Amino acid sequence: MRKSLLALAAGLLLAGSVSAASAADKLKVGFIYLGPIGDLGWTYQHDLARQALVKELGDKIETTYLENVPEGPDAERSIEQLVRAGNKLIFTTSFGYMDPTLKVAKKYPNVHFEHATGYKRNPNMSTYSAKWWQGRYIQGLIAAKMSKSGVLGYIGSFPIPEVVSGINATILAAQTINPNIKVKIIWANTWFDPGKEADAAKALIDQGADVIMQHTDSPAAMQIASERGKLAFGQDSEMIKFGPKTQLTSILDTWGPYYIERVKAELAGTWKSEDSWGGLDSHMFAMAPYTNMPDDVKKIAEDAQAAITAGKLHPFKCPIVGQDGKPVECKGGDHLDDGQILGMNFYVKGIDDKLPGK
Amino acid sequence: MQLVLEKRAERSKTIALVSPLIAIGLTIITMVILFAILGKNPMLALHAYFIAPLTDGYSLQEIAVKATPLVMIAIGLSLCYLANAWNIGAEGQFLIGAVAGSWIAVKTQGTDAGAWVLPVMLVLAAAAGALYALIPAICKVKFGASEILTSLMLVYVADLFLDYLVRGPWRDPHGFNFPTTAEFDPVATVPLLIEGGRLHLGSIIALLVVAAAAILLGRTIKGFEIRVVGAAPRAARFGGFNANQLVILTFAVSGALAGLAGIIEVAGPVGHLQPGISPGYGFTAIIVAFLGRLNPLGILIAGLFLALTFIGGEQAQIAMKIPLDVTKVFQGILLFYVLACDSLILYRFKLVFPNRQVARGIG
Repeated sequence: MRKSLLALAAGLLLAGSVSAASAADKLKVGFIYLGPIGDLGWTYQHDLARQALVKELGDKIETTYLENVPEGPDAERSIEQLVRAGNKLIFTTSFGYMDPTLKVAKKYPNVHFEHATGYKRNPNMSTYSAKWWQGRYIQGLIAAKMSKSGVLGYIGSFPIPEVVSGINATILAAQTINPNIKVKIIWANTWFDPGKEADAAKALIDQGADVIMQHTDSPAAMQIASERGKLAFGQDSEMIKFGPKTQLTSILDTWGPYYIERVKAELAGTWKSEDSWGGLDSHMFAMAPYTNMPDDVKKIAEDAQAAITAGKLHPFKCPIVGQDGKPVECKGGDHLDDGQILGMNFYVKGIDDKLPGK
Repeated sequence: MQLVLEKRAERSKTIALVSPLIAIGLTIITMVILFAILGKNPMLALHAYFIAPLTDGYSLQEIAVKATPLVMIAIGLSLCYLANAWNIGAEGQFLIGAVAGSWIAVKTQGTDAGAWVLPVMLVLAAAAGALYALIPAICKVKFGASEILTSLMLVYVADLFLDYLVRGPWRDPHGFNFPTTAEFDPVATVPLLIEGGRLHLGSIIALLVVAAAAILLGRTIKGFEIRVVGAAPRAARFGGFNANQLVILTFAVSGALAGLAGIIEVAGPVGHLQPGISPGYGFTAIIVAFLGRLNPLGILIAGLFLALTFIGGEQAQIAMKIPLDVTKVFQGILLFYVLACDSLILYRFKLVFPNRQVARGIG
């Protein structure tokens, strides 16, 4: 016993001198994840993209990730740990990392940061996000066609513009099919909590919703809808295996091409602070196959997808009437401009609910 | 033949000192096996966990930052536990303190109010934490309600109250509906000790708290009272000590310390009020209090050690690609061994032979 402890101590001392040497000339790229990589949703998709990155540029880069990093006081330390471990390009993949990322970015001007879904930038901090509301619009069309009760169930995470614009796009699309469509909204106040998400899905179904949509990250709602014989949309990732007879489609986050592009820019020394907001046309996200629906509904969805991709159809086409009955100012010509969508803080007419904090 | 645990006639002093070392030794052996199974070099992994964080100033700072709230709360809890008062709700007192202090910060936002802001925030947070802790204490003394249950349940009340405030009245008007207040003004922020670092004044306050608790327990009559009431309630009654009064006092002090820790965390490393300001500090502090054997100096060491496992775990994730779950397993195994070894202070292993058992039965 004593001998082995001594051996251990000696080993520890030796280890100290070894640890420094590793591939020194590879570019180190770091990732901060909100959930576990096995969440099968948001974080999972970011990690798939990281793997795609490694596959494409593995001989020139080395990647590291920290998972389950809460959007609180620990985030700043975790980001800084990545910097100190020699990472030169760091992706922080959730809205709540915005202020911590900015703090660390200001401290380390020679390291480049990429923050997902935020709005604060710095000469060494880019932002990137996707126009998911385009996909939500397609889902709204399908939902209105497929709902028998005329009531949609929507699980929200936080009432931030990204989520609110998704709800509005859904309902605007649904109204073109069924002007009297209703939507019930439950705020889970979390991005990832399978228990809460499942409870929300149950409550929505109990209130008469027969198509469930979500802006949270786990497949829990899909499983509940499947158990109860209802329909649902996946979120972030392909969730069809959790509801083979349930999933209508899913908005798939496809970050891979963006990550590869940005890392290539970093390698070439041409990285600049930018704001990337890509839609269907730029492959920032994709739609999962349209399943569990008749051919005519499928055609509506495919036509809408083609029209949005080609720029012929804008989900926030004017006139848009707010909940208060007044038309919303149309800053983008015949549709709302990006700034209005990025800061969206109102419900459109037809949503029989109150935006929290309004 | 049978192996049984037999109660010792008195606590073993040697084991009390050696037991944490045995626990750490056993943990290391278990982890070496685990790392080997995972295909990682055990020596490098242990180095990343325990040695690397201690070798540079940055990590040392982070350990201190992480340990600060844990130590402050655990000191208060140890006073309660020594006096046989079971405050399980430090998490709630932490949150209420954070809320009360933030109230001043939010109300004076952008008014350039002056240097009085931070001291008032600290005092208010401590007072609010103390008052919040007095609810279960008074319920126990007046009505005999279990303070374990009442203090625990008040955690959820505090949590939801904070939630309501940052989603409603205190929400940052420019924060795009995200549930958080605006960043506090510089006058409402705990000053940093090292420019460009994260070490803040709170760590100094925590050290002062440790020193004060050591003096209280070691050198004052009040401290003696606390220990007697906890260890020998009957003797305490004969000595004329009022146990109820001590419940009130220790709850108030531990609530105040938890509240203070809350506002220091919010006005320090976080910089604004938001949900999730505590990754369970109030509960982890219970572990810290017992790991430190309810002794102020022990608590300081235990708090730093637990912080080390957090920081080391993160560095192991980066340097060795060891999953976060292994860090959690690691912490769990450590606590398991510490508690298991502690039972040896009061008990010893003994081999019992069947014939002797029979003999004893007859005798």
